Amino acid sequence: MNQLHIPLESTKLDNGLRVVISPDRTAPVATLGVYYNIGFRLEPRGRSGFAHLFEHMMFQGSEHAGKMMHIKLINSSGGVLNGSTHYDVTNYYESIPSNALERVLWLEADRMRALKVDDENLRNQRDVVKEEVRVNVLNQPYGGFPWLDLPPVAFRNWPNAHNFYGDFADLDAATLDDVQQFFYTYYSPSNAVLLMIGDVTPDEGFTLARRYFGSIPAGPPPPTADVSEASFEGLRRGEVEEKFGTLPAFAVGYRAPERRKPDWYALAMLDHALHGGRAGRVYRRLVLEQQIAVDTAGGIHYPVGDLFDYNGPTLLVSRVLHKPEYSSDQALEAYDAVIDAVCQQGIEQDELEQVKVKFRSEYVSSLEGGQGASIPRYGLMHYLACFTLFDNDPSLVNSILGGFLQVTREQVREAAQRYLDPKRRAIVFRQPTRTGAAA
Amino acid sequence: MMATIAMNDPFAQVPALGPERPVVWPARTHRKLANGLEIVLVESHTIPKFTGELYFRSGNASAVAQAPALAEITATVVRTGTEERSSRQIEEDLRRIGADIGTSAGADTSAIGFNGLVEFSLDLLKLVAELAQRASFRENEFERERRQMIEGLRIARTTPSFLANERMCRVLFGAHPYAIIAATESQVKEYRLAQLAEFYRAHYRPGNAVLIAVGDFAAPQMMEQIDRIFGSWKPAEVPGVPAVSLPRLRGRHVHLVHLAESVQTQVLVANHAITRKHPDWLRLALANSIYGGAFNSRLIMNIREQKGYTYSPRSSVHALRQYGYFTVNAAVRNDVVAATLTEIFYELDRMRSLAVAEDELSDARTYMSGVFSLGLATQDGLASQLSNVYLYDLPEDYVETLRQRVRALTAADVLAAARAYFDSANAQIIIVGDRRQIADQVGLFGQITEYDAEPN
Repeated sequence: MNQLHIPLESTKLDNGLRVVISPDRTAPVATLGVYYNIGFRLEPRGRSGFAHLFEHMMFQGSEHAGKMMHIKLINSSGGVLNGSTHYDVTNYYESIPSNALERVLWLEADRMRALKVDDENLRNQRDVVKEEVRVNVLNQPYGGFPWLDLPPVAFRNWPNAHNFYGDFADLDAATLDDVQQFFYTYYSPSNAVLLMIGDVTPDEGFTLARRYFGSIPAGPPPPTADVSEASFEGLRRGEVEEKFGTLPAFAVGYRAPERRKPDWYALAMLDHALHGGRAGRVYRRLVLEQQIAVDTAGGIHYPVGDLFDYNGPTLLVSRVLHKPEYSSDQALEAYDAVIDAVCQQGIEQDELEQVKVKFRSEYVSSLEGGQGASIPRYGLMHYLACFTLFDNDPSLVNSILGGFLQVTREQVREAAQRYLDPKRRAIVFRQPTRTGAAA
Repeated sequence: MMATIAMNDPFAQVPALGPERPVVWPARTHRKLANGLEIVLVESHTIPKFTGELYFRSGNASAVAQAPALAEITATVVRTGTEERSSRQIEEDLRRIGADIGTSAGADTSAIGFNGLVEFSLDLLKLVAELAQRASFRENEFERERRQMIEGLRIARTTPSFLANERMCRVLFGAHPYAIIAATESQVKEYRLAQLAEFYRAHYRPGNAVLIAVGDFAAPQMMEQIDRIFGSWKPAEVPGVPAVSLPRLRGRHVHLVHLAESVQTQVLVANHAITRKHPDWLRLALANSIYGGAFNSRLIMNIREQKGYTYSPRSSVHALRQYGYFTVNAAVRNDVVAATLTEIFYELDRMRSLAVAEDELSDARTYMSGVFSLGLATQDGLASQLSNVYLYDLPEDYVETLRQRVRALTAADVLAAARAYFDSANAQIIIVGDRRQIADQVGLFGQITEYDAEPN
């Protein structure tokens, strides 16, 4: 129960590309991905939003597959595709009927070998990205809250603290040279992992990987970057205007531990006890019992990631939307009482046992899904990639559960005291500029 | 020499597709209990879990005479207590067995969704049965959820996609219950707890229900378990949904919902279409996929990849039980609203006037049947495909034969479907944005009726 048995095989090509295969013949389909060990944390200064804009450029053409060919070749094989930019990785993935396996590897290898894009492509995708930012952030209630709001308040080192979606002026300033330079610096085989999940045998997968990726030059290793962040020395507060939404809101961020340190396992259990759905302490107390809040949520590396997919400073986040008849101070006070209780008393033994069962259940589901049913086993691919790139050990996907299931009450209480310090945290208030009629 | 080099270059040519591997649907068990409850089970051993839904064929449309969105608030309150368990007990019991429950309602259905570890399937199914038969409708839980719903509606009224959908349904469905997708704040304030309890008593009945479960179980044992838990549930007659005809919409008309300070405009073009039971359904689905339903489709290539007007344009076919409709959606820059509409109609009219070429047709057929097979690989995927079959009364072999039926479609089928259901001359244009920035652009496309974001 503490150990899963998902079949895995992995190898490393001469150029440094790691290849991980997890065969499963349930259905004649496969999910493939290429993950590069570069995300928006390390985009160039003065180029906020560039890692994500670059991700769009990877669909604009490579040496043998011009603009629109990537999309057309995948769709016309019966498959779907996408990419996404995270803090520390960027991924490109496809779910396909397995008879298109070789074709997809050809496409992914072609764009790893030679991106081929022009100014017109860059102008086009810059416009597309601006509409993406508008639809997700600027023209939505609570857009970007708190994933874009907290980092600049919580952190001081630019890689951790800037606008990850990008200021429009920075997007406008991006040039084709920037694109080629970023590609050359970070998109080399030794900075990537190729994953194949589903209806593929390891023999077949490794052979095809060598055939298409084997001759790509290794390239120089990416420069080392300093993403370190001094620990908080006090309360950091910020305010952001909420243009559309009617409820006042706040988000709290505490520094989270490094992945796989003992505290990390304990804090994950505590996080679940606090933020795990309607049974979680924050929702139960603030929404169901006191009825001060309308919605609460949170987590480690929430909301654009989870506790497995970061590799640098991050936060344990709580997000609270509350009723307008309560002041921010009153709502925060109610929240603090929940936090204070776990710092003083920890959590109950029965509560910890429940959390462990739920955690195990959710972990298993996240491996199978993670992106809805249209990308089977996206979650397995995603975690395998992170465990490979960050930990050099894909088999952690099978063994990692054990660490969580061993956590004790005492460890949870210690983690609460160490990390949930009300004097060392960041808070962002999101204040509506207009409010609805009183209820 | 050159020829030899080219032949050895693995990049010289796009690799052909390999031989297709057979797509085999897992066997399913389909049975009706004596009390009328329909049960559909599929084994899927990918993970040690199971997932499913208990559906009732009654949703908001069944209750529109009593109150708008009554099925929705009923479903919300169902989760908050049973005769045996308090709200807090339910949530802790779920966590103890690693399970999730979700209660919800749409126009045609109410549902209790569930997923959990298969080792605790008995406990989870017992809770589902309790919620379905003995929800307690406590006053304090109801009052809290009423306020939650009001706050949710206030935020929804600032969300462009919600405002567009709300206006579209009013326009397309007129006096039909499908016209109303949300209650107003004052209507929510008028709900009485007795109305919820009455809707529940009348519609949460076994003869009105189908239980679909997919997961890591042995179907015969699971069937026995379900029979034991749900067999004693009392049947009762369930009231039907009134049949109301739709408004006859003639000519293009612009419905402009003003949302002050919008930095983007939500464009939605819609017209009446067909249900899933209609013999043209797959023809329309294929036409939609070519027009704007896939990344590789004409609309997306045009207004995103060539022109950069928008991030996620998409066309869709929607089917409710009684009626269906077709939509085109795009959130665009304020200064290209007219340009976007021009391209939307250009591409619609192209689909209506010219037959698609054989390679485009063949690509689209492969896309449709391929994407369908992706759903076989996960428990969630299987469950959602099966729910279509049983909620929309489709033939028993619908999913098994779908791929071969898609492959038989022709260019003439696509043209006929586009002509019949891409009704560009009578399309209703819903626009959500700041009227000062867009009114002069949309006036080119039809007479404008203006609305504000508040319901009326």
